[in-house]
Amino acid sequence: MAEHDSPEKTLRTYILVFVALLVLTFATVLVARINFGAMNDVVAMAIAVTKALLVILFFMHVRHSTRATKLTALAGFFWLALLIGITMLDFKALGKIMDVPLQGVEAPVPGK
Amino acid sequence: MASLADTHTPGAHGHSSLQHQFDTMEQQKESSTLGMWVFLVTEIMFFGGLFLAYVAYRTRYPEAFAAASHTLDVTMGAVNTAVLICSSLTMALAIWCAQTNRRKGIVLFLLLTILLGAVFLGVKAVEYADKFEHHHVPGASFQFHTEGGHTGAEDPNLAQHTQLFFSLYFVMTGLHATHMIIGIAILGFLAFYAWRGRYDREYHNPLEMTGLYWHFVDIVWIFLFPLLYLLGAHAS
Amino acid sequence: MNTHAAAEPLVTPGPETAFERPNYLNAAYGLRSWLLTRDHKRIGILYLISISVFFAIGSLFAFLMRLELLTPEGDLVQPDTYNRLFTMHGVTMVFFFLIPSIPAVLGNFLVPLMIGARDLAFPKLNLASWYVYNLGAIFTLWAIVNGGVDTGWTFYTPFSTSFSNTHVVSTALGVFITGFSSIFTGLNFIVTIHRMRAPGMTWFRLPLFIWSHYATSVIIVLGTPVIAITILMVAAERLLHLGIFDPKLGGDPILFQHLFWFYSHPAVYIMILPAMGVISELVAAFARKPIFGYKFVAFASMAIAVLGFLVWGHHMFVSGQSIYAGTVFSILSMLVAIPSAVKVFNWTATLYEGSISYQTPMLYALGFIGLFTLGGLTGVMLATLGIDVHVHDTYFIVAHFHYIMVGGAIMAYLGGMHYWWPKISGRLYPGFLSKLSALLVFVGFNLTFFPQFILGYLGMPRRYWAYPPEFQVLNVLSTAGASILGVGFALPLFYFIWSMRYGKRSGDNPWGAVGLEWDTTSPPPTENFYTMPVVTHGPYEYNREEVHNRMTEEKTLG
Repeated sequence: MAEHDSPEKTLRTYILVFVALLVLTFATVLVARINFGAMNDVVAMAIAVTKALLVILFFMHVRHSTRATKLTALAGFFWLALLIGITMLDFKALGKIMDVPLQGVEAPVPGK
Repeated sequence: MASLADTHTPGAHGHSSLQHQFDTMEQQKESSTLGMWVFLVTEIMFFGGLFLAYVAYRTRYPEAFAAASHTLDVTMGAVNTAVLICSSLTMALAIWCAQTNRRKGIVLFLLLTILLGAVFLGVKAVEYADKFEHHHVPGASFQFHTEGGHTGAEDPNLAQHTQLFFSLYFVMTGLHATHMIIGIAILGFLAFYAWRGRYDREYHNPLEMTGLYWHFVDIVWIFLFPLLYLLGAHAS
Repeated sequence: MNTHAAAEPLVTPGPETAFERPNYLNAAYGLRSWLLTRDHKRIGILYLISISVFFAIGSLFAFLMRLELLTPEGDLVQPDTYNRLFTMHGVTMVFFFLIPSIPAVLGNFLVPLMIGARDLAFPKLNLASWYVYNLGAIFTLWAIVNGGVDTGWTFYTPFSTSFSNTHVVSTALGVFITGFSSIFTGLNFIVTIHRMRAPGMTWFRLPLFIWSHYATSVIIVLGTPVIAITILMVAAERLLHLGIFDPKLGGDPILFQHLFWFYSHPAVYIMILPAMGVISELVAAFARKPIFGYKFVAFASMAIAVLGFLVWGHHMFVSGQSIYAGTVFSILSMLVAIPSAVKVFNWTATLYEGSISYQTPMLYALGFIGLFTLGGLTGVMLATLGIDVHVHDTYFIVAHFHYIMVGGAIMAYLGGMHYWWPKISGRLYPGFLSKLSALLVFVGFNLTFFPQFILGYLGMPRRYWAYPPEFQVLNVLSTAGASILGVGFALPLFYFIWSMRYGKRSGDNPWGAVGLEWDTTSPPPTENFYTMPVVTHGPYEYNREEVHNRMTEEKTLG
């Protein structure tokens, strides 16, 4: 893998990313202390995703990696989203279905 | 290529670290990188199952999860997050030193990464000890006392449900810590080889691959921290 | 390229000295040279030995089950013992035979050869994967010897976590460890296929065997870790009382099922996709025609891999899963049948106007196409929520998956072994005996499992050690079939081993087939090729003109 940036530029990038990560950590703790209701989760996850992206793109050099590598990284996170998303369809729906009373349905009688 | 001879003599087929199944160092490096990322994908799905369990139970027992999360020390968690971020920086710098042929720098930054990793584990040990003291370890001796703000009014079985949180807490952080220990062990070997001068601008694959692994373990914590620690951080 | 287009394998082979050339078998002798090898071909053979052992163990459990089921009463074994028999049959067959079989034996041997590489990307990882397999096997064998497990291979909670008194943890750990063997193999294949193709070997010049193994590897890498963590959670609950699935704490057994089936459904595609890859190679070779609709078949493999991850809830229609999720999974399950059907259509179209020769591998391939279609169609029936509610947990399900796994996957595995045996060993096996075995397998298989469709439809539950007397005739037929099937499976073991010493030398390409693996010697040298190939055309470039002319000739001769 050819080096795309000069050593000085790479060093600067690392320091900047490092500072950004610390700032975001500070931010997520601050936001958590205030009650924003459902938005707390959204903000916390958004910050976590941003931090993860910074690590992946810059520390892990995915920015300079081959297409296959990029696709692999993307597929991994996408598949996790699939696992959680589809399973939660069941968990979310479970409550709703169980709350609805069955109407007009009789239990079958053997022999009828 | 009529010769089936050994290709490990330097200069005969390129760098002495070129393995026989590869044609060029670049092919070897790209293969290693892709291979390590495929492995990291398996790790994403491995931890992923635990994240699913967490999301499922948190959705179902929000009060219990908030109450249980409230017993974790946010400051310790935040400090640990910062410690891991620092260790990712030192890991990246170790590779930077390899790319710029700074042998002593490689060793220094690898050792710093190990040190920071050890600090993380030390803090976790303190936290675990605290959990044991408060009987928050699931099992026969588990006890949970509701605190101010979490009355358990909507959830009569709150104490039992908090055991789900703590079970997940221990499995998730325990698995994460196991990965850290393995990483530290590998880093130890790398520091030794680096001191012996094995890595330079042309060849430092093992450093890059271990770096990928280390950063990934950092990313797992980046998600664990808000999910486990920051749930009950605000007054409801 | 290939020197002669032989229809019969028993043709005069090349000169004797060709066999004495350095090849991967005579490159080094002694146990150490095998146990420490990094040669993908030798590792394939090591796997062959390991999985054959587990196939024998799994077959033994099946045979005992079928013996018990000869009579309606439970009179051979205790009900508890029967539970352990069907559990260990499932565990050994799924995790220790079917999932590794084609990829670890044929895949390991052929992937580098077919793409023109010297070895896989990570040869040491390859060897490690075999040792990891054996380590997991030891855990499971220990559990078997100590009484086995009675939870069913599906390990449903809370029985497996809270109530079973059997060696759940050691069996589960055995599966956990062997899962990593699978992951290492998949990882190796993905990187190899991406980065180590010979010059000129573009993606769409790859044999369909490679496409199938690539798709399989994607599934392995994305799915296996989920069952790994699930097993870990079960072990944590049993050992450390970290009750993640414990209902007393609010834990949800359905969460276990979601996690379990998220892998275990794609797992069936791990088992069938490599088989489909083999069939593509066999049909092309023995119809002497390129596979019809190559790109469709290649994309169908990828489609199966992706869609296969979206249908797991069809195992959970009656579990308490929400009806809403059930309907979504039902529709998606029907969709996943489409790419499989595309493949069956394309193989059939390949046969049309092909120059077909009925060698043993082709017999297995033809058997596969018919039996897989039957199994697949019953799969679409099961995807229909309304039907599945009635036949779930009956023998209908058992018959369905055995049609795919035995009538499909195992027949493809045997077909592949018969096709590539000359490449692997440099020897030929007796033609009559091999065709007889194929026939015994086909007849035995159908006699064993077709009655089970009827039994299931009539309502006989699975995993029961006793049944109402009116089901006896069908059960007796099934057991009779199993005996015939057993003979059919055992024969190849004997004549393959016989052939290694006494079989005729095969020559480099006894089938006159097209493919990079056939462009090198049989057996190949350690480095696979004496000159690294440069690829200039696609796969299956059989001489179409020759085939067409022969067809025209036959028509004029009336």
